Amino acid sequence: MDTDATSPAAAGPSPTATSDGTRVGTTTLGGVPVEAVYGGADLGEPGEYPYTRGAYASMYRDKLWTMRMFAGFGLVADTNRRFHELLAAGVTGLSTAFDMPTLMGRDSDHPWSVGEVGRAGVAVDTLADMDDLFAGIDLGGVTTSMTINGPAVTVMAMYIAVADRRGTPRAALGGTIQNDILKEYQAQKEYIFPPAPSVRLVTDLMRFTSAELPRWHPVSVSGYHIREAGSTAAQELGFTLANGFAYVEAAVRAGLTADEAARRMSFFFNAHADFFEEIGKYRAARRIWARWLRERWAVTDERALRLRFHAQTSGVSLTAQQPEVNIARVALQALAAVLGGTQSLHTDAYDEALALPSEHAARLALRTQQVVAYETGAARVADPLGGSAYVEWMTDELERRAEAIFSHIDELGQGSMLDGVIAGIESGYFTGEIADAAYRYERELAAGERIVVGVNEFTEASAPPPSLQTIDPRIESEQRTRLDAVRRDRSSEAVARALACVAEHAGDPTRNVMPAIIEAVHAHATVGEVTAALEAVFGGYTEAAVA
Amino acid sequence: MSDPPPIRILLAKLGFDGHDRGLKVIARTLRDAGFEVIYLGLRQTAGSVVIAAEQEDVAVIGISMHNGGHLTLGPMMVRAVADAGLEIPVVIGGIVPAEDVPTLREHGIFAVLGPGTALETVVATIHAAAATHDGMVG
Repeated sequence: MDTDATSPAAAGPSPTATSDGTRVGTTTLGGVPVEAVYGGADLGEPGEYPYTRGAYASMYRDKLWTMRMFAGFGLVADTNRRFHELLAAGVTGLSTAFDMPTLMGRDSDHPWSVGEVGRAGVAVDTLADMDDLFAGIDLGGVTTSMTINGPAVTVMAMYIAVADRRGTPRAALGGTIQNDILKEYQAQKEYIFPPAPSVRLVTDLMRFTSAELPRWHPVSVSGYHIREAGSTAAQELGFTLANGFAYVEAAVRAGLTADEAARRMSFFFNAHADFFEEIGKYRAARRIWARWLRERWAVTDERALRLRFHAQTSGVSLTAQQPEVNIARVALQALAAVLGGTQSLHTDAYDEALALPSEHAARLALRTQQVVAYETGAARVADPLGGSAYVEWMTDELERRAEAIFSHIDELGQGSMLDGVIAGIESGYFTGEIADAAYRYERELAAGERIVVGVNEFTEASAPPPSLQTIDPRIESEQRTRLDAVRRDRSSEAVARALACVAEHAGDPTRNVMPAIIEAVHAHATVGEVTAALEAVFGGYTEAAVA
Repeated sequence: MSDPPPIRILLAKLGFDGHDRGLKVIARTLRDAGFEVIYLGLRQTAGSVVIAAEQEDVAVIGISMHNGGHLTLGPMMVRAVADAGLEIPVVIGGIVPAEDVPTLREHGIFAVLGPGTALETVVATIHAAAATHDGMVG
């Protein structure tokens, strides 16, 4: 996600940043001039503690949200082509989807990679892949979001190594790596190692970027996947912020100050169907974060107190039936995210309930954001719904429900949110709560207590399916050929030496493992080899299979 | 007369894919409908599913696919069942485009329960699959 407005280093011109926030206009369509914000002192002000009304005073008049579209499929050359198309179509930040083997830290020739290479994202095994993924793109001139968690340290190391080779200073790199391992155990299930060493890798990356990549956001605390896995809005809010507190605590234990840790943390929330509940959720999130940091960790830095977030419309809310109706759903969800003050937004393609998004559908989704930004006037005034009795009540109510969750987790951890979250992971508290909520919803749908258009009401005979994105099955063998070539051409002694160093540093909790991993990927160690070196020290993790 | 023993069904996800929301809803739905559910959960292989299916003597194998790997992994699952000398119908649920369903059926998949399938349809399909299994062994 892009929250570069907070970073002094980002003030300079950038080919992909929207520097023309004023284009959202200061008058209505009918020519009525409007102020940047409305309301009295009793409502609070956007940009002021506790930030309920927005992270910044002038919000989208100063800087529009970043229109960041998630892309990744096939070979690196395919995704690189999509990146160039998206930049040409007006996206203002890149966002990389990796395939399952990469997300799990394994190479394309791993036995479990069969059928998965290049399917749900792009396959990256080696430094050569990362270099080709960003071919023709100035890494110092774009901001890049990389959605990866288990092997985040390795993929980040590859991005840094590509910059090193191109002579781009590390300090010029801007962007976000998701690196939120806690929600993997709770919802998305892309973990590799047990929770404690995984959290250590998160804090190693936080410490490294804090020292060398000041523009980078090393953790994007993500509620999106918790919600997609079936949680309620209040659970998304409560679990996600609890994870955020856990990372602050972990970073403080690892030697950063709470101010340093929180300053570069950002959030990622779902934009789901229930319009006002979502807006209340975003407003409550900002207020809770600011209050907890100030009261529990005595944080004073405004950049740390103000919660900034990326939002994505809800994949699970999209329907396979009458898929064009999804365009309307996405538009309304996008509007809720904007009225809730998001800093960055991905809109889903209408065909995602059927297959991976097609290029046509992805472009329509981007156009939807542009309509919200430039035609609706929703971006003209900060927190336009602030002061609505219903929205203020909803904000308070979601905060109350989240606080009840924090109390429970704090109790589990006997006063430590980090220990409480890990205890909740190990006892199945999070997965159980989420599965209960998902089942409750499906039962309500089956009973007709909830209506989804085209699914249990207003149904139609099935129409011909839209033209879908397909992945060429030859990709898997081509990617393996690329991998074989790297393995053949490198010095295996150098790789073995570098991997031994990774394992040694992983085994020493006083060291930061990042420099050794950067050296290893420079020597062309693969993602899977770095994972294996770490796994030899940390061990693996299997969750208890409970349904 | 005692009630007939409940029909046993095995549910699993193959490979790396961690999207288990749908499979967990199906597990609870089938349990409520009177099935005995053997929930293997995540990170299974065709081999581990076959071993569990044989040990647990299940009537149906249900696998959940969300990452586009169904055309590879679906037929692989059916082959693994046959190679073990078992005759257990395999049902796939998840994000499977309608155009891929005929191919999967040709490869011996009993049924594909795509996105938006009603819960009662799921229950009816598993009953139908279990009936073919009874026919095979009986």
